[in-house]
Amino acid sequence: MDYLLNDGQKMIQELTRKIAEEKIRPVAAKYDKSEEYPWEVIKILAQSDLFAIFVPQEFGGTGGGVLDLCIATEELSRACGGIAVCYAASALGTFPIILFGNEEQKKKYLPDLASGKKIAAFGITEPEAGSDASAIKTTAKKQGNHYILNGTKHFITNGGDAETYTIIAMTDKTKGPRGASAFIVEKGAPGFTFGKKEDKLGIRASSTRELIFTDCKIPAENLLSKEGMGFIVTMKTFDKSRPGVAAQAVGIAQGALDTAVKYARERQQFGKTIASFQGIQWMLADMATQVEAARALVYACAREIDAGVKDVAKDSAMAKMFASDVAMKVTTDAVQILGGYGYMKDYPAEKYMRDAKITQIYEGTNQIQRGIIALQIIKELAK
Amino acid sequence: MNIVVCIKQVPETTEVRINPETNTLMREGVKSIINPFDMYAIEEGVRLKERFGGKVSIVTMGPPQADAALREAIAMGADEGLLVCDRAFAGSDTWATSYTLAGAIRKIGAFDLIICGKQASDGDTAQVGPGISTHLNIPQVTYVKKVEEATDKMMRVERMLEEGYEVIETPLPALLTVVKEINEPRIPSLKGLMRAKAAKITILTQKELNLDPQQIGLCGSPTQVVKIFSPPQRQGGQVLKGEIPDIAKQLVELLRSEVN
Repeated sequence: MDYLLNDGQKMIQELTRKIAEEKIRPVAAKYDKSEEYPWEVIKILAQSDLFAIFVPQEFGGTGGGVLDLCIATEELSRACGGIAVCYAASALGTFPIILFGNEEQKKKYLPDLASGKKIAAFGITEPEAGSDASAIKTTAKKQGNHYILNGTKHFITNGGDAETYTIIAMTDKTKGPRGASAFIVEKGAPGFTFGKKEDKLGIRASSTRELIFTDCKIPAENLLSKEGMGFIVTMKTFDKSRPGVAAQAVGIAQGALDTAVKYARERQQFGKTIASFQGIQWMLADMATQVEAARALVYACAREIDAGVKDVAKDSAMAKMFASDVAMKVTTDAVQILGGYGYMKDYPAEKYMRDAKITQIYEGTNQIQRGIIALQIIKELAK
Repeated sequence: MNIVVCIKQVPETTEVRINPETNTLMREGVKSIINPFDMYAIEEGVRLKERFGGKVSIVTMGPPQADAALREAIAMGADEGLLVCDRAFAGSDTWATSYTLAGAIRKIGAFDLIICGKQASDGDTAQVGPGISTHLNIPQVTYVKKVEEATDKMMRVERMLEEGYEVIETPLPALLTVVKEINEPRIPSLKGLMRAKAAKITILTQKELNLDPQQIGLCGSPTQVVKIFSPPQRQGGQVLKGEIPDIAKQLVELLRSEVN
């Protein structure tokens, strides 16, 4: 389907497709197995200015929008969902600074993030605070010109490998969600250490670690926006980043579909290719249609955000939920089409299936997304 | 360091079909790319610029669509692109091509270094690079696999041989042709692509270059293509079997009979 992308977006699509095919696909299985951070690929993404896409021009970026980032994330995910999330998670960690940073903060942090010299990460999740962000236990106490952070974040993508972190911590527990604040914390800050690296089902090229704050002292000027704005910072950040997760899901689904079509055309049974069997054809047709529908929804939502539409929570929830459910379905069907080969790690199908699962879980489970959608349509009807 | 890189646009496929009637390449429907060896030349030019400053000018001779090859080189970090394009240059062989490109390079002005790929993947002659240096009367070093040292006056390079390499020091300006061992061409950057899209490509025609009409195009090309054919497929070798002393004997006899 032709999405009538502009010249800049087509350029991003071509470039990221080239990088995905030439530089990511050949190493995807290696990183899936070793679970090492893919620095060699991150370096190529940086040299190609891909980290500049989501940063405004005055801070070294190219000033692209959410759709630009979605296109890049989708294309990279087509070759490896794990490497793509290392990239997308840096965008997630950078958005709070773009959206809420003051001039000094933007000048200090954005140029290095735009050039890919430094990678970013976003930390809100805790062992006992997932979807219920009001249960955050990490605290930040003001002491003179500093804040002292105490607590543990976990499941943090790019944790340990990123240099710049946006951390949500409670400055006033009595106020509940309104007592949360957002801080920029740099790797190497005194009292900031990393816990264990998680051994994951999928997206294994990306790193997921605990962040441990033990009387971690950071300058007071690292507060983003004002005290009590932590929740707003998070919500506005997720509004921008959620289509990126959806785009990752579309890319994973497309990659699995490509693999299934290629295999169906080559695999011979009963003297014919299996692509000539109606049973396989109908599966492929359903998969292709679902992927296209998901892509259309994601692009439409990204365009809406880029055009400045205010309330996008429902649409972005729909895009994330639908695209990730499609990814799970399509990747499972791709494994089915490859049959016994699909189940083997020597073939690429099973990795897509493992990588797809996380997209139904992170940045709000699909159950939470359905909750957001339902609440919104009920509210709209009551108007 | 001002560097000129000469490139050629070639058909992407390595199995180009030949029209049996005209003995010419059938290019219809085949995508064009930058000659793979020239990608190493562009990369080396850009790396030298990044080390020493200066600028990288890309020159190509070809039809108007060779514009795309120049823009791709600019996206990789080159500064400008010049397209030598005129019907008068059509049908040039390696002699006329190197004469014409030498004329275009003179037009660019002062340069310290010219870099070419070792050969083009379509014609495979490896003659144009050396031809340019001869027309410009500057030293040439072919099959360069490494630049060991460079200043604004000289360059010390490693020249690849079949077994090992030579170290050659040459004064500048000079012309190098490079092999694929020299570097790994980069993927263009997004900002490079944007710059390339907006770049103005300079077109040089016979009018600007004012070359000797007897030395350009088809009439300036002494090469005559008498016949083009696919070489016969290589036959499998002969495997000697038996006890080792017998095999040795057989081998010696075979070699003797080959010599006689």
